[in-house]
Amino acid sequence: MATQGMEQPHVQRPRGKKPSRGRKPADAAPLTAYLFMAPYLVLFSIFILIPVVFGIWVSLHNWDPLIPVKPWVGLQNYLDLFTPGSTTFGPFWNSMEATGKFTLYSVPLLVVIPLLIALMLNQEFRGRNFFRATYFAPYVLGVAVVGILWRFLLSPNAGLVNYYLGALGLPDNTPWITDLPWAWISLVGVTVWWTLGFNAVIYLAGLQDIDPALYDAAKVDGANRWQRFLNVTLPGLRPVLLFVITVTILASANMFGQSYIITKGAPGEETTTAIWYIAEQGLRFFKMGPAAAMSYVLALALAVVSLANFALFRYRGD
Amino acid sequence: MGEGRVGRGFTRREFLVTSLGAGAGFALAGCGGSNSDLEKAGSGGRSYNGPKVKLAFWNGFTGGDGPFMERLVEEFSSKQKNIDVSMNTVDWAVYYQKVPAAVQSGKGPDLGIMHIDQLPTNAARGVILALDDVANALNLKESDFASVVWNAGVYSGKRYGIPLDIHPLGFYYNKGTMEKAGLNPDEPPQTKDDYMAALEQMKSKGIQGHWMSPLLFTGGLTFQALLYQFGGQLYNEDATKATFNSQAGVDALTWMVDVVKEGYSPKDVAQDDEFTAFQNGQNAFMWNGIWNILTLNEVKDLEWGAAPLPQIGTQKGAWANSHNFVIMNKRGQDPNKVAASKVFINWISERSAEWAKAGQVPARNSVRESQAFKSLKWQPKFAEELPYVQFTPPVPGIADVYTGSLDPAINEAVLLKKESETALDEAAGKADQLLKENKQKYQAA
Repeated sequence: MATQGMEQPHVQRPRGKKPSRGRKPADAAPLTAYLFMAPYLVLFSIFILIPVVFGIWVSLHNWDPLIPVKPWVGLQNYLDLFTPGSTTFGPFWNSMEATGKFTLYSVPLLVVIPLLIALMLNQEFRGRNFFRATYFAPYVLGVAVVGILWRFLLSPNAGLVNYYLGALGLPDNTPWITDLPWAWISLVGVTVWWTLGFNAVIYLAGLQDIDPALYDAAKVDGANRWQRFLNVTLPGLRPVLLFVITVTILASANMFGQSYIITKGAPGEETTTAIWYIAEQGLRFFKMGPAAAMSYVLALALAVVSLANFALFRYRGD
Repeated sequence: MGEGRVGRGFTRREFLVTSLGAGAGFALAGCGGSNSDLEKAGSGGRSYNGPKVKLAFWNGFTGGDGPFMERLVEEFSSKQKNIDVSMNTVDWAVYYQKVPAAVQSGKGPDLGIMHIDQLPTNAARGVILALDDVANALNLKESDFASVVWNAGVYSGKRYGIPLDIHPLGFYYNKGTMEKAGLNPDEPPQTKDDYMAALEQMKSKGIQGHWMSPLLFTGGLTFQALLYQFGGQLYNEDATKATFNSQAGVDALTWMVDVVKEGYSPKDVAQDDEFTAFQNGQNAFMWNGIWNILTLNEVKDLEWGAAPLPQIGTQKGAWANSHNFVIMNKRGQDPNKVAASKVFINWISERSAEWAKAGQVPARNSVRESQAFKSLKWQPKFAEELPYVQFTPPVPGIADVYTGSLDPAINEAVLLKKESETALDEAAGKADQLLKENKQKYQAA
């Protein structure tokens, strides 16, 4: 059965049932590529393309799906975002700032620490697989589990972290999740602990892709460990690094669950992130027009950051 | 417990599901039929003689209260020949997001439970049906219920909810901790003077007796109770202006802040800390919801009691909310199901003493006065607060205003980051804007 099915295309293709537009028979069947892409394209259109376009339409209205009258407001929802004193201006930019801070603090750590761990795990030593699994383990947990776990551990008055710090004779009243800068330290720390395994695995795959012959050649040339890292490892990891940085920035910019569960946005609204605020406005209060407008502003900001990131890496390379 | 002690969290997956559901809602918006025919279906809940129907009943009783409702539902289904009810429980925060989309798509519940401050919003958005004929047919009237809860179920002249229970904030005290501080554990303080004296005495013994939460559960609820006690209100009567920054509001918040400043509470109390500390004996006094009775009963070796809130302000006052039965305005709904739903609501409502065991005060006077309720240990203590509990004005979107205005203000004040008065004034400005926006939005509805 399987062999038959496999062979059929080979038999049919040379016959060229459908003559392609002026192409050589060798690369006939121009539809093949599109057919292969079609399933994804359908999903992409339904779940991304159409909602994206529809979202723009929504953002130009005061839109509540259940209220029949959806007044057209033009660009007002966008203008409000840039008008101090409007209902959305303060909280939205406050949440963007929170997202920005979190991204700024977490991305460098999530790029560097997993790299160091990957380098370590790439060595030959006993129990290597155990450590690989250990570092990856937290990543399989859901955000709710991670959040509630750390909320209990970090609780300033009733948490284990302060308890053990006290037992060691250190200050035991650090407000880990209720004051700044501690709340950010906690959120970034928890996120690094939680997700570093993912980046480490990607790095590890990248490291294993580097041709060992290059290291040998470098050794022959007299390069020391550090020089080999700079001149062989890093250039070899460049595409992986670009991927890791881009994905980490986007993931950090989408942070929501950790602060929603651990700090509850406190103190005040300092750790209320953009995705949180947008989701709350759109899906809880059903103010979908402003929420959609905010989503586009956020998406645009992220697009700019990603483009800058790509440009930087391309420039360096050429 | 089911009331949201666990917070209003939702996971990324639930978030996705909700968004998709809302997306489906878009596509179908505007297709809803006339609901007046549905509203009149059946005999208003006295009996049901139609064909066999299966009802989907949704609620957010995720805590220890869920099994109690489940048992009532099973009992009902076993007694009714033609009505089979299946219950589905989702976290409240998710519930209020999912139900509207589900109802719109015609796939959601036939009936459910909603909090009293959610009724106007869902009525205005066309999610639920008016239930006046249930009230008429069953001859339910104000005098059958606690009047505050009966009147709060009316939105723009129509009744949308049949009250099931009232769940107020009350005063829990840890007897063991009180004894340790030399206080009489059988005489919980009920006046301001006694309360402050007790806190002071505990402080002298190194016990921080009232852990003050800066978050909605329980700090925000405490603020509302105190606001009422000092004679204030969150909003004016037609909910066009925030009034929580009145002198009463400032007094209420200042008292909370002083509890922290005086050292009666530790600083930086995090979510649920006050509850954890109460259970392990560090915290003696806790203002928390009646729904915690079940949870505390299960804590081994914990000696505790409950009483009405002490009077700190110039009069008695307490925060409360209420669970109400609602019937969904489901797209393409079968009138038989609406008729059957009404029978179910009436049946449960009459048996709400059973429900009270789950940690609630029944809304029906007859049930509250029954021996079955009076013989419960703690619930009647909370019921004493009924004459003075208050709800927010019945205006759509009212529950949303708090989140964007007062919630962060209380947080910053109790965490000692802002002066009470400044925080409240700023919050009032924001709340006024949000109230105005809501008014515009729902005028169109």
